[in-house]
Amino acid sequence: MQRYILRRSAQGLLAIIVISMVVFALARVTGDPTQVLLPDEASEEQILQTQIEWGLDKPLHIQYFVYIKRLTRGDLGNSFKWAGVPASELIAERLPATVQLSAFALLISAAIAFPVGVLVAVKKDTGIDYAGKMVAILGQSAPSFALGLILMWVFAVQLDWFPTSGRGGLSHMVLPGVALGYYNVAALMRLTRSSMLEVLDTEYVKLARIKGVSERRVIWKHCFRNALIVPLTYFGLIGAVLITGSVVTETVFAWPGLGALVIEAILARDFTVVQAVVLLFAFTFILINILVDILYAYIDPRIRYS
Amino acid sequence: MATAQGEVILEVNDLRTYFYTRTSVVKAVDGISFNLRQGETLGIVGESGCGKTITALSLLRLVPKPAGRIVGGEILLHGEDLLQKSEDEMRRVRGQKISMILQDPQTSLNPVFNIGNQLMESLALTHKEGRKNLFQRAVESLRDVNVAAPERRLEDFPHQMSGGMKQRVVGAIAMSLEPDIIIADEPTTALDVTIQLQYLRLLKDIQARTGLAIIFITHDFGVVARMCDRVAVMYAGHIVEHGSVRDLFNDPQHPYTQALMDSVPKLEEKVDRLYSIEGQPPLLWDLPEGCLFAPRCPHARDKCQEYPPTFDIKEGHTADCWRLDPSW
Ligand SMILES: Nc1ncnc2c1ncn2[C@@H]1O[C@H](COP(=O)(O)OP(=O)(O)O)[C@@H](O)[C@H]1O
Ligand code: SF4
Ligand SMILES: [Mg+2]
Repeated sequence: MQRYILRRSAQGLLAIIVISMVVFALARVTGDPTQVLLPDEASEEQILQTQIEWGLDKPLHIQYFVYIKRLTRGDLGNSFKWAGVPASELIAERLPATVQLSAFALLISAAIAFPVGVLVAVKKDTGIDYAGKMVAILGQSAPSFALGLILMWVFAVQLDWFPTSGRGGLSHMVLPGVALGYYNVAALMRLTRSSMLEVLDTEYVKLARIKGVSERRVIWKHCFRNALIVPLTYFGLIGAVLITGSVVTETVFAWPGLGALVIEAILARDFTVVQAVVLLFAFTFILINILVDILYAYIDPRIRYS
Repeated sequence: MATAQGEVILEVNDLRTYFYTRTSVVKAVDGISFNLRQGETLGIVGESGCGKTITALSLLRLVPKPAGRIVGGEILLHGEDLLQKSEDEMRRVRGQKISMILQDPQTSLNPVFNIGNQLMESLALTHKEGRKNLFQRAVESLRDVNVAAPERRLEDFPHQMSGGMKQRVVGAIAMSLEPDIIIADEPTTALDVTIQLQYLRLLKDIQARTGLAIIFITHDFGVVARMCDRVAVMYAGHIVEHGSVRDLFNDPQHPYTQALMDSVPKLEEKVDRLYSIEGQPPLLWDLPEGCLFAPRCPHARDKCQEYPPTFDIKEGHTADCWRLDPSW
């Protein structure tokens, strides 16, 4: 088990390194930051001066090594837009908002998707099952910005139940949380349903019933844990969905998190910040996947002991 | 094999279990009757797909839902009709009165729980006592099925055990609540022949010790001869012949039984295909009129266009075949 974790971590590190290169290269495609740093009428000399100041005059691979060297010391570089403010400071400022929203979205999606997925499997081919299917299809076909706008229009503008935007108490979190989590609900629910149906048909479930175990226990003890294995592997993807979703949702709801920050940074060609945030996203994504694998091994002894 | 003389504990009358699919009705069990005495072993024999497993699951009221439904008949256990019982009452019948060992022991154990957990779960249903006592009982259940070092085994997960071991653990679970009747559905997975024989002997030992009645489902007449007191031969959802092992072996009356007998390999002889009866069993959703065996029967005549009644051959030996009619 320890060796397994170690191996997964090494793979993760390798992935981070590759991603850092890609991100570094891509960030530079967004344009020249000196245009943002300096007024339009700046002279050649001023531009050169600024480039030297920021190390932009050196060849790309040298820039990359400087970047990595600083990274290993925990230095993510300074922002161009918010002149001189370290990217790490900007991230630290915005991170709690994103973590809060993602955790809330994840919580509501798991809390809805798992029980409903089990229910529609147990009630296969009944009205409940069909209703669940409808909701799932709608969920997976609606883009999250559209869903966000619809939610905002109905529940904030028309009904005035929730605020339209910004960060505050729980009421601020509901609409962006639902917009962000909804896609996951649909996907998780369908996965739970199909994997539950498979498990319900197994011999060991028959044996549990033959023993005289109550139906509730058959479902929640014998089936659920086995049925969880498939949707859990999907949890790694959920990380990605939440991250990409947060960019859109935070922008729609003016939620002051990392997603909104990265958009602002991209618009300002502030590639230190873009790089830093995207790298953090990648790191989170990989970390989630490793955690999922460990959880997976915990649930399924066949993995744990091999 | 000694003929058991215990009292009748199970009486099945005209049991019918159908599957309702979108396009058809599959008559998996279509009007079967038999009874079972304490301490005896009844064999149910027939080709694959003739309704043996569904018969067994019907007795437990665990027919695959929602397609499968018991549509008629009676299942009298100690005189009480199981078909009239509530789901809650049925739960106390399962495991405690009638239990079953499924066809595939390899997949009958839950992969994510260890053996101890699965065994103690069933023990806890009737023994409301602390973990320590349950653990002790679990150890004894495993010892009863000849599992070595049972204390250590309880910690194991199914994937860590051999096929033969899993089969015995499944047996221990099925037997843990001391049922009156156990249904053993013949393992289809080809476990080692010697392990299979060990397992059969173990079942007989337990029966001798506890007075358990066994319903033994198989398609192997060799196993029937070894294990059973009486036999019911099933064909396409019907019991076509029924009698003591001696009667059936010495004097088979139904052409299907005769064909099965002729195709039986010598005991211990290993063959890939057990039967070499010409033709296929009928499709259960498209049954022919009259005798279901007629398309494969060498004796079929016009009269066979009508389903034959059950003829008594002698005390306790019956068959559904027109050849037994005096006017044949
Ligand atoms: N879930 C099901 N849905 C529809 N038909 C089924 C189902 N299970 C079994 N059957 C039908 O019932 C018949 C009897 O099956 P079974 O009792 O398993 O046969 P066997 O004698 O091999 O144990 C099969 O031929 C099949 O057509
Ligand atoms: S009733 Fe007719 S067809 Fe059926 S088994 Fe007897 S002889 Fe053959
Ligand atoms: Mg079967």
